[in-house]
Amino acid sequence: MSARHAAGSVLPVLVTGASGMLGRAVATAILARGHAVRTFQRGAADLPGAVDERGSLTDPAAVARAVEGCTAVVHLAAKVDVTGPEAEYRAVNVEGTRTLLAAARAAGVRRFVMVSSPSVAHVGSSIVGEPAGPADPARARGPYARTKAAAELAALAADTPEMRVLAVRPHIVWGPGDTQLVARVVDRARRGRLPLLGGGTALIDTTYVDNAADALVAALQAPADAWGGSYVVTNGEPRPVRDLLAGMCRAAGVPVPARSVPPGVARVAGAAIERVWAVRPQWGEPPMTRFVAEQMSTAHWFDQRRTREALRWAPAVTLDEGFARLAAHLAPAAAAPAPTSPEGRV
Amino acid sequence: MTASPLPVQPAQHPPGGLPGLDPAWSRLVEVPRGGRRGRHDAEVRSGSDTWHVLDNASQVDAPVRGTLLCVHGNPTWSYLWRDLLRAGAAAGWRVVAVDQLGMGFSQRTGRVHRLADRIAELGALTDVLDLTGPVLTVGHDWGGPISLGWAVDHPEQLAGVVVTNTAVYQDLDGRTPAPLRLAMTPGVLGTSTVATPAFLETTLALARPPLSREVRDAFRAPYPSADRRQAIGDFVADIPVDAEHPSRPALEALATGISALRVPALLLWGPGDPVFGEQFLADLMHRLPHADVHRYEGASHLLPEDVDVAGAVVTWLSDRFPGTAGAVVGAGAADEAASAAPELGTAVADAPFVPLWRALEERAGDDGVALVEMAPPGASGPRAVPWSLLARRVDELGRGLLGSGVRPGDRVALLVPPGADLTAVLYACLRIGAVVVVADAGLGLHGLSRAVRGARPQVVIGVPRALAAARALGWSARRIAAGPLPTGARAALGIDCTLVELADRGRAAARAGVSDAPPEPSADDDAAILFTSGSTGPAKGVAYTHAQLAAMARAVGSTYGIGPGSSLVAAFAPFALLGPALGATCASPDMDVTAPRTLTATALADAVAAVDAAVVFASPAALTSVVADAGRLDDADRRALSGVRLFLSAGAPVPPELLAAVGRIMPAAEPHTPYGMTEVLPVTDISLAEITAAGDGDGVCVGRPVAGAQVAISALDVDGAATGPAGREPGVTGEILVSAPHVMDRYDRLWLTHHAARRDAGWHRTGDVGHLDREGRLWVEGRLAHVITTPDGVLTPVGLERRAEGVDGVTRAAAVGVGPVGVQTVVLVVETTPAVRRPGLADLDLTARVRAALDVPVAAVLVVDALPTDVRHNSKIERTRLSRWAERVLAGGRTGRP
Repeated sequence: MSARHAAGSVLPVLVTGASGMLGRAVATAILARGHAVRTFQRGAADLPGAVDERGSLTDPAAVARAVEGCTAVVHLAAKVDVTGPEAEYRAVNVEGTRTLLAAARAAGVRRFVMVSSPSVAHVGSSIVGEPAGPADPARARGPYARTKAAAELAALAADTPEMRVLAVRPHIVWGPGDTQLVARVVDRARRGRLPLLGGGTALIDTTYVDNAADALVAALQAPADAWGGSYVVTNGEPRPVRDLLAGMCRAAGVPVPARSVPPGVARVAGAAIERVWAVRPQWGEPPMTRFVAEQMSTAHWFDQRRTREALRWAPAVTLDEGFARLAAHLAPAAAAPAPTSPEGRV
Repeated sequence: MTASPLPVQPAQHPPGGLPGLDPAWSRLVEVPRGGRRGRHDAEVRSGSDTWHVLDNASQVDAPVRGTLLCVHGNPTWSYLWRDLLRAGAAAGWRVVAVDQLGMGFSQRTGRVHRLADRIAELGALTDVLDLTGPVLTVGHDWGGPISLGWAVDHPEQLAGVVVTNTAVYQDLDGRTPAPLRLAMTPGVLGTSTVATPAFLETTLALARPPLSREVRDAFRAPYPSADRRQAIGDFVADIPVDAEHPSRPALEALATGISALRVPALLLWGPGDPVFGEQFLADLMHRLPHADVHRYEGASHLLPEDVDVAGAVVTWLSDRFPGTAGAVVGAGAADEAASAAPELGTAVADAPFVPLWRALEERAGDDGVALVEMAPPGASGPRAVPWSLLARRVDELGRGLLGSGVRPGDRVALLVPPGADLTAVLYACLRIGAVVVVADAGLGLHGLSRAVRGARPQVVIGVPRALAAARALGWSARRIAAGPLPTGARAALGIDCTLVELADRGRAAARAGVSDAPPEPSADDDAAILFTSGSTGPAKGVAYTHAQLAAMARAVGSTYGIGPGSSLVAAFAPFALLGPALGATCASPDMDVTAPRTLTATALADAVAAVDAAVVFASPAALTSVVADAGRLDDADRRALSGVRLFLSAGAPVPPELLAAVGRIMPAAEPHTPYGMTEVLPVTDISLAEITAAGDGDGVCVGRPVAGAQVAISALDVDGAATGPAGREPGVTGEILVSAPHVMDRYDRLWLTHHAARRDAGWHRTGDVGHLDREGRLWVEGRLAHVITTPDGVLTPVGLERRAEGVDGVTRAAAVGVGPVGVQTVVLVVETTPAVRRPGLADLDLTARVRAALDVPVAAVLVVDALPTDVRHNSKIERTRLSRWAERVLAGGRTGRP
């Protein structure tokens, strides 16, 4: 999508998972740069200017229809929950990605940006300034991370001179319209049910949605030497969990969390709750899992020097500016969060 | 001992997969028997032995600069040198590490190999090996004497020697180290060394930090069974502990032989070694006085496992053998290269050398006051010491010291609190050429003990409490008591004599007609060993020559206008000692100088009044305490203080707010603060007016270089390393470099540290970072070790801290980096008023205000009740420790205290 390419391009870019916050932001950013966009997900994307192709990643015919005639793909659609049988994750995240890769190659797609997650590479608990390591499906934690790891490896294995592939791993994307993290944090804080794990001291680097979208657009235009690699994308502003949650709560005008729970207690509680939810899935999303407990009580921040160099990208919106935009978005009327799309990415 | 009954076992290659060992190095070498000095009969001489050696010859790029011949000790094997094989190859040196016969994977010969045999056998091996170019020997443990034996036998090939934790001489009177004494007990010897792996395991357990399981297994690999361990026992039995031992003549010949070596020598030492204690290092230094010495504080016997010996050897080789291989052999080549480097401080080297004691001698007939102690020990009121008495006392003590056997060049540790006694004995030592070792209690007992032990004084002069510690800590020095001695203490503390007795002896000697003054030391002789405060690691010994000490006094005198007739109050010990050299009258206030916070405003006023002082020296902590206490000053106190024309705050960076507050107590005084360190003081000076004029900036403005000193900056690279050349471009941040006649001579017994600090010809690297501004003023931004390396560039702590300290409620701040080098994120750790009860995250409001005050992203703000600081000044923040703590807390770990 260089300027030269863009000028003569009529072929659309396919964005999968465009009903989620990040998918929508990426599609909008691509449209804003004057390119045609086709969106693909199960529900409606409702994105003005884009052609919506609805369907499931588990339906090869629908996938083939979606990618037909596209020159590039940004693949965000995935099952992102924190509980549930691993087979469901595998069908969407691994097999769905393989289906899309095959269809893209058959359709003559030149550039394929795989949206992945830092969790695919990390087998331990704490991440302190580490670079993006190789995806490890055997040792990654939880069904989401394991299946995303397998999907990323499948995608990078499909990198050829004809169809270049790279993986971008945004870490904890949030912003206006976020029905996942922000909505849940605000909802729990409003009900006084948002404890800090271990005082909320763990440093976590998150990604404001517009920065993640910019990074994905930059990835589509990445120079030749960047393809075939994996890149962690964040704001590059690690903050204690307490400060991040407080920023979101203040933006929403709800009380900031003050109560602290020792992380060990939260992990044990999470394990117990997971077991109960395994037999009572109709209760909906569990309040705490071991994975979430660990994510919220240990450091997660990254060395992004290689990302910025390879993608020629740097985050434009600071955390504080992001919180201000979130507040502006939430200010008029704190509308009830829309139902979560299972194939929309966080 | 007769030939052992055990069967011969052939040499073999080590098993694969040993960590760090390249199988390509392994060679088996067959060597005909019959060394030049072997004792074996004809039958033994006729055969051959097979050695296992590690040899990196195939991996060294031409031209090969020479060969390092490495000899392990007991009970290790050539594996000990694996890092050196790798590092040597990269630096162009062939490295040959042998497994001694019966050891490692060399042949089990069935014979007993005594010291003389082993030296001869090594020679026979090298005759076969065809070593490339000039040879340096490298030895550890009992490989030391064997490698040095080879060195003495091969003068035509020898280019240098390197030894680590070894001994060439067993003092017959001295105690055999306890672990060996036990191992050598009849009945125990065979059991501990051969029948069981106890001796092997004990040795491996000496590593600091402990060896990994894999490395431990690699050391065990050649010694799995008793029949493989026979030589371990034979080795221990060969230690010549008594005059009748068969290896005694060989050892004595060797000890004499190495004293004649003139080739470059490097002694690397782990002082924690329970077997080869520091008396063996002292013995080696005595035999090889030209040797470069580095003591690794905290390291132990298995030195190549504890620290980077390979890197040290390669660094030393590149310094001592900078040329091509052909130029290496023979003594002197390296010395010439070294002397070609420019001298420090050439700009003012023409100033005449006036030794520190000269002013005292000139005033020997002057009954005016030299010193006033406001609260001398054992007295109820102030005590004044006239110049004449001080001069006479110094003379007597000097003669007394000489009479009691102290020789010029001997090291004398002074563990005496500042005051008249310390001043007198210090000048006496300097006058006769004894080297004073001055460790202050500000290092803490542990730090002080470690510092003094490292300096190895022959004599300790101290107050009874210090001598008791010296005895308890096992310092092997003669002890002289300062001050009154409790009854019975003399024997209990092993005390030789007291200062009073020394002075009596000196007086008697003078009367007895030995009236000629003792010879003076020369300008370039060592004068003093001082110690750094150890805020960035163990305290380092710093050696000054007489010329350098004299230059220091000259710099202080000229910068502050202090000379004969001046009067000053010194609440900061180093300056109190310079008073007599400058001819100035000096008063010590009533305080515990080891705890600067004990100085009160009234005690300061009393001292000022006693000598009508025009100049006051104090540390920032003492000044803080004076300011806090100012309400108790009465009119007389204030009148006395209003006569002070200059006050000096030294020892650590001083906030201008504090200088201004002190200025209100001494309204006529111009506040000044020098910048400097133990290695060179002063470097620069600045007045409060100049600080105000300089305004805010990145760091603390410390002014312009004092007369004779020059400052330059070595710019930082993206990893926070000071790799730039010496430059003076304004605004460039980097390590501060100093050149001055009063820079110390060297770090004591820390060759590597010294080499790193002096790697730019003519400059001393301070370890501080800062920049010069357009007016030529120096700004200090922190310690090099505390630089924060973010992905967006390098940040220095002091500027960030100054801005954070401007936030309401923050009393003191430390800026630290968290995360790996190059990826660090900034964290502020702050003390608040009121102090928090428990360390943790600052509240959201304070966090927001600190973030707003700084122009860089701040990941987190942590609060603590008190920031950790150095003991000596209570002002240098231990940012390295804080950084580790912050990283743990912010990774979700336990908070605890920093």
